[in-house]
Amino acid sequence: MANYPRANLGDVSLVLCGAAGQGVQTVEQILVKLAKAAGYHVFASREYMSRVRGGSNSTALRISSFPVRAPVDRIDVLLPLNRGVRSHILERIDGGTAILGDPEELGDEFRRWEGQTVPVSFLSLAREVGQALFAGVVAVGVLAALLEIPREKLEEALRRHFGGRGTDMADKNWAAGARGYAEGEALRRSGRLEMDLVADPAVEGAILVSGTEAVALGALAGGCDFCCGYPMSPATGVLQFLVAQARRFGVVTEQAEDEIAAINMAVGASYAGARPLVSTSGGGLALMGEGISLAGITECPVVIHLAQRPGPATGMATRTEQGDLDLALYAGHGEFPRAIFAPGTLEEAFFCTQRAFAQALKWQSPALVLTDQYLVDLSHDLPIPDLERHATGDYLIETKEGYRRYAYAEGGVSPRGVPGHGEGLVGADSHEHDEEGHVREDFALRQRMHAKRMKKLEGLTRDALPPVLVGPEDHRCLVVVWGSTRPVGEEALARLGRKDTALLSFPQVYPLPPSTKDFLARAERVVAVEGNATGQFARHLFLATGRRPDASVRRWNGLAFSVEWVAQELGKALDEGGEMA
Amino acid sequence: MKDPAIFDMENPGEISWCPGCGDFHILEALKKALAELDLEPHQVVAVSGIGQAAKLPHYMRCHFFNGLHGRALSHATAIKVSNPELVVLAIGGDGDMYGEGGNHFLHTIRRNPDIANFVHNNMVYGLTKGQASPTSPLGFRSPTSPEGTSNLPMNPLAVAISLGAAFVARAFSGDVDKTKEIMKRAILHRGYALVDILQPCVSFNKVNTFKWYRDNTYYVGPEHNPRDPQAALALALQADRWPLGVLFVNPHPTFEETRSAYGDDARPLFRRPRDPRGVREFLEAHYR
Repeated sequence: MANYPRANLGDVSLVLCGAAGQGVQTVEQILVKLAKAAGYHVFASREYMSRVRGGSNSTALRISSFPVRAPVDRIDVLLPLNRGVRSHILERIDGGTAILGDPEELGDEFRRWEGQTVPVSFLSLAREVGQALFAGVVAVGVLAALLEIPREKLEEALRRHFGGRGTDMADKNWAAGARGYAEGEALRRSGRLEMDLVADPAVEGAILVSGTEAVALGALAGGCDFCCGYPMSPATGVLQFLVAQARRFGVVTEQAEDEIAAINMAVGASYAGARPLVSTSGGGLALMGEGISLAGITECPVVIHLAQRPGPATGMATRTEQGDLDLALYAGHGEFPRAIFAPGTLEEAFFCTQRAFAQALKWQSPALVLTDQYLVDLSHDLPIPDLERHATGDYLIETKEGYRRYAYAEGGVSPRGVPGHGEGLVGADSHEHDEEGHVREDFALRQRMHAKRMKKLEGLTRDALPPVLVGPEDHRCLVVVWGSTRPVGEEALARLGRKDTALLSFPQVYPLPPSTKDFLARAERVVAVEGNATGQFARHLFLATGRRPDASVRRWNGLAFSVEWVAQELGKALDEGGEMA
Repeated sequence: MKDPAIFDMENPGEISWCPGCGDFHILEALKKALAELDLEPHQVVAVSGIGQAAKLPHYMRCHFFNGLHGRALSHATAIKVSNPELVVLAIGGDGDMYGEGGNHFLHTIRRNPDIANFVHNNMVYGLTKGQASPTSPLGFRSPTSPEGTSNLPMNPLAVAISLGAAFVARAFSGDVDKTKEIMKRAILHRGYALVDILQPCVSFNKVNTFKWYRDNTYYVGPEHNPRDPQAALALALQADRWPLGVLFVNPHPTFEETRSAYGDDARPLFRRPRDPRGVREFLEAHYR
C-alpha cells in the first residue's frame, strides 16, 4: 500500500508523538542510533510542551540515504503512541502519510484517515511481555524491521540502552522489541508498508550529537573549565552536560541561586584564570546585564550561551524563536566590545563555541553564542569536527613586581595576569580605573581607558568570521540567514532550484566583518529570513552596512521553520517582494 | 609574623572615608590580622562590591577585585574555587552584603566556600547619604524613611546560624585588637566565615555611636560552646546587650573540596593544560 521514500525523494520523514513521560524520547534515542548504525543519515528535531507528564510532544525524524539537516512538514509515517495528538501535527497529514497506530489507544481519533492507518497492537504486544509501558519499545522493533535494520543490531541496541537497569529489564525490553520486529517484518512482507533506503558508507565513523552536546563539547574544546547557571529551558542541557562530565574534563560546575550569581561567578572565575561558560535563555540574560557590563570594564573573558525561546517575559518556555539578537547586542549598560556568534549547523555549534572562548580570551571581552530551542534539541550525524586545528591559546602571562593589569597597549589588549601566577598584584574594578585597576576619577584617564577597551573592537572585527555563501557567485538575489535558519534556508533554496539566487549565512553576527557590505551591495535583491516578528537581523544589517534587505520572511509562532514553508515564502519574496523590513 | 606595613599602599591616594569612620579601624585590624597569620600581599585577594566599606581594597596592598554592588560573595566564591591556593576575603557593608546581595548571602552560607566575609555593619547607607539599611533599627529616620523605617531589622547572625554557617562572629570596630583576633580565626577557619563588624557611622547614624556600642555590647565568655547551635542562636537573638566574639562554628566540607574537578587534580584551574584532543577521544568513544 505505501512505499517510502516517496517519488523523487531520498528520505523518510517519521513523526513520533506521545505524552511527556511516556517514552517518546527513548524511542527516538534508540531509533536514531539504530538508523545510523545501519548506515543511514538521520536528522531528529523535537517540539514539546512545558509539562513534566502528559500533554503531547513530538519528535520528527528524517532517515535518509543522503545527509539531511532541516525539518520538513511532510509526514511519511506518523506514529502516535498516545491519543491527543495536537492539531499542528494533524494538519501535516497528507494523502501520502501512513499512520502506524494502536486502535486500542487511539480510539477513533484517526477515523478520518482510516484508509491510511496501519493498525498495530503495540499495547497488547507490550502486555504479553509484562506491561503497557513497553509499547514504545515494541514500536522501535516495528520500525527497525521496516527500515531493514538487522535483528541482531536491534537486540544489541536495546540491551545496551536498558542494560543499566538490570538483566531482567534488558531481557524484557528485548522481548518487546523482538515482538515488534516480527510485526514489522509481517507488514513488510504483506507490502502494506515498505521503506527502501540506501546506506551511505560515509555514515560509518560519523558521530551523532545534539545541539546541546555540540555547544558543550565545543566549549570543552575551547578549554572551558568552569560552568555555572540557573536552570532555564532550553539552556539547561549545556549546564547538565558539563556537570555530568565535570570530573573527566576538570570543570568546576555549580547551579547558582540565580542568573545574577551565575554571571558574577563567571566573571570572578575569569579574574582568577578560569575559562567560564554560563548557559541561559533570554529571561536569564536580562538578569545578567550588569554582570556582562562588569566583564566589559574588568576585561574578563567570559562566554555566554544564550539559547533563545519566545519572549517577552516567560513567553513560551519550551518553544523556539530568534528574538533575542537585540538583547545580545545591547545587554549591559555602557559601551564595551563583545563578540556574538550564531551557529547555524552542529558543525558551527562546535566551532563557534570553541571560537567564542578563543576570541573572549584573545580580546579579553565577553563573547556570546546564540542558539535556540530548535537548535539545541535537534541532532544529526556529522563527521568528527577538526577541533585540534582551532586549539585556543593561553593568553596569560606570569606577572612581575610592579605589574599593571590595565597597562596601556596599542591594540587595546593589556597583558593579562591572574592572582597567584607571578610576583605581581592583580587588580580589577567595576569603576573606571587607572592602569593598576584602582578607582580614580580623572577625565583624561577615563577617555584613555575607554578608548583602550574600545580599540579591541577593531581586533574583534578583523577576526570576525566571514559569512558563508552557498550557491552561485554570480547571483542576482541573495537570501540572508543567521543562526539556526541556515540549513532550512539551504534546502528551501535547493528545492526552488533558482540559478539566480544564493544564500548568505552569518555564523557571527557581531561584529560583522567588513565583507558584509560588499556582499549586500552586489546583490540586486536581498531577502532576510529570520525567526522573529520585527526583523532584528535585517535592521542590524542596515545599521552596519546601510543596505536594507528588500523583503523578509519571518515566523514567530514558536515552532521551527520548515523547508516547505520557507520555500513557499521565499518563492514569493524573491519575485514580488513581501513586506519591507 | 610579618610587618603589617607590607599591606600599606605605596602611593595612597585620597581616602574617601569620613574622618573618624570605623572603616579605618577595620582596615588596621585586617592588616594586622593578615601579618600575624604570616600572609603576604600576593597570597591575598580582597573582593568587594559597592559602598564606603567596599572601597577598602583600594586602600590596601594585595590582589583585589572591586566588583558590583551586592555581588562580592559570588565573585569571591568563584575566585576561591578557581584557585583554592588564594586567601579570599569578601568585604562590604550591610547594604551591600545583606540588602543588594541578600540572596547571595543566604546561598553562599549554604555553598560554604572557604572565604572570610567581613561586613562593616553601621546600620545605615553611607555612600548614598544616610538612607535606612537592612539592619537599621525599627523607627530609624532617614531621607527614605522620614517617619522612621517600618521594616524590621535583619539579624544576619541569626540567619547565618540557622542556615548552618561554618563560622559566625560579631566584632566591634572600636576594639581593634579583639577585631583582629576574630578576623584571624575567621580566615583560618575552613569554610565560609561571617564576621559582622559593628561600626559607627559618624556622618549618618547619630543613634549607634561609639559610646552606644561600648554601652550596649559585651564579649561572650569561655562558658559559651560555639558548637551548640541553640546557644549560639540565643546569643544572636539577644536584644538588650549585643554579644561580641565567635558565636558559632560548624565545620563541614567546603565548596572547593566537593567539586569533582578537584577530585583527581589539586592544581588551580589556570595551571591545567587544555587540549581539544580529549574532546575528540570522548566523541570517538561515545558518539560514534
